[in-house]
Amino acid sequence: MGRKAIIRVKDLRAGYGEDIILDHVSFNVYEGEVFVILGGSGCGKSTLLKAIIGLIEPRSGKITIDGDEVSVDDEMTLQKILRKVGVLYQGAALFGSMTIAENVALPIREYTSLPKESVDVLVKMKLGLVNLGGYENHLPSELSGGMKKRAGLARAMALNPKILFFDEPSAGLDPVTSAELDDLILYLNRSLGTTMVIVTHELQSIFAVAQRIIMLDKRAKGIIAEGNPKYLRDHSQNQFVKQFFDRQAGVKSVDSRGPQ
Amino acid sequence: MDTSEAPNPSRYEISENPEGGITLNVHGNMDAANASQMIDELTDLLSDYSLSSLTVDLEKVDHLDDFGTLVLAHLRKMVTNAKDGFYVINSSDKIKELLSILHFDSLDEKRSIEKKRSSNLFIRIGEATLRHISDLKYAISFIGSIILSLAHICLHPKSLRSEDTIRYMQRVGVDGLPIVALISFLMGLIMAFMSSVQLEQFGANIYVASLVSLAMTRELGPIMTAIIVAGRSGSAFAAEIGTMKISEEVDALFTMGFNPVMFLVVPKLVAAAVMVPILTLFSDLFAIMGGLLVGVFMLDLTAGAYMAQTIKTLELFDVFWGVLKGGIFGVLITWIGCFRGFQVRGGAASVGQATTSAVVSSIFLIILCDSVFSVILRYWG
Repeated sequence: MGRKAIIRVKDLRAGYGEDIILDHVSFNVYEGEVFVILGGSGCGKSTLLKAIIGLIEPRSGKITIDGDEVSVDDEMTLQKILRKVGVLYQGAALFGSMTIAENVALPIREYTSLPKESVDVLVKMKLGLVNLGGYENHLPSELSGGMKKRAGLARAMALNPKILFFDEPSAGLDPVTSAELDDLILYLNRSLGTTMVIVTHELQSIFAVAQRIIMLDKRAKGIIAEGNPKYLRDHSQNQFVKQFFDRQAGVKSVDSRGPQ
Repeated sequence: MDTSEAPNPSRYEISENPEGGITLNVHGNMDAANASQMIDELTDLLSDYSLSSLTVDLEKVDHLDDFGTLVLAHLRKMVTNAKDGFYVINSSDKIKELLSILHFDSLDEKRSIEKKRSSNLFIRIGEATLRHISDLKYAISFIGSIILSLAHICLHPKSLRSEDTIRYMQRVGVDGLPIVALISFLMGLIMAFMSSVQLEQFGANIYVASLVSLAMTRELGPIMTAIIVAGRSGSAFAAEIGTMKISEEVDALFTMGFNPVMFLVVPKLVAAAVMVPILTLFSDLFAIMGGLLVGVFMLDLTAGAYMAQTIKTLELFDVFWGVLKGGIFGVLITWIGCFRGFQVRGGAASVGQATTSAVVSSIFLIILCDSVFSVILRYWG
């Protein structure tokens, strides 16, 4: 691949307490691509995401973002890295005491010296981009789940980061809203060239947006498949990968329980 | 399940086989609605027979769920020779499938849910010690990051979130004033009343003013104020930060490049450090007013004499000392409240715990700190 790797993860090992959740995880994310990290519940998707953005300290291994090494201890570098990164959290993580506009304006005011009027205009543009025009003065608690996610997205991309991370963007959304969010992700990727790293297990989303995926597995504590999702679906020999794409239950289970 | 509908009463037919076995025909449903009733009825019915062999015919049963399975298991237990004396016949495919999913054949072997065994005393002591050590480490590093943030604020005063600070000042100070005033007023009243009973015997009524003013400004004013602030604001800080932690808002702050301590703790700390001393002053004032009321209406002192005695007793240092203590208590309360908030992991129960322990630890630390101050003052002053 001729493109430049913007995120490099090498030999990552991470875990909580005595449990090692990820071991020997290595992969690259290339500039401008929509990259999906997927896997079953509890396989370490969120842990991987948190390690990449410096929220938890890995046991060992090396993560670099745009040439700088992510290290919990090196605050200066971490600040520099975080400026290039936006994160949309699972529950949107909007600040409940601030209006939507204030939420989006927060990073802009902190990192730029724009006058207040310009910040307001910028906030309006950002909210317009995610179809939330007119909701500037609403509190997060007054919005629906999908709207919160979009507001969270507007805040995550407030400073036009090079990389956007999404933690389960479709969780808790109905299929229509979820598809709208997928379209928005693709649109932003096309128009702004933002690299997207998405953690999800929503099959439809994966096929709709992902250019390349890695699949994590609990037992392997690492990557069991990497590549284009459609190719993997049709050609993978791995039992778990097949089960995942075919939505098969791993063990014989009661019908009513359904696949999780 | 539709609860408005009366449970379908099951009926039973019991017939004795020539070989000595018993066949039980069940009609209707065997489900959650009538399982316990069925167990009672069948126990009664079958107690008259000697059950060496029991065949349950489920031909007329339309619906059987896991509660119904329990009834079958109960019947199996009543049979003396459970191994090959119990049969279920004529069950539909649906029922067969359910029974196999529920592992009906081996149901008796794993009857009760095993409780998680608690580990032994030594392991628990060890774990608790390790937990406390890591708590302590975190508490110390938390103090460190607060000091760093404060130093940063001193160098760059503009980085203080002034709007938040003012909002917290209002919440800690202005909103807390009525309750602080009321409680202090009553404290002054009670103290004057109680001491007057004793002092009256010596005709030393006027010293009520000295007692109330000195005790309140030096000790009780700051302590009472701090305890009220711990209950009102310390708990609120812990709950606020704890909830933010759960909803990933603290993580979001971090990834947006904000220092969570600077953003969340420093405004509260500044607000408390400014407002608790002011509340302490108000507390002193209202307590003296409470004492004055008792002095004037019960001890026949004039208001002028009472105030003159108060002013004669109090030195500026006493007031200053109390106010200083108030400020330190304010810092303590904020530190503990925020610290407990940041310790929240998991869910709503953890927020509750953090809130409780924020209040309890603050009150403990306030009293402890106050005793230390008393000792210092005794030997130094």
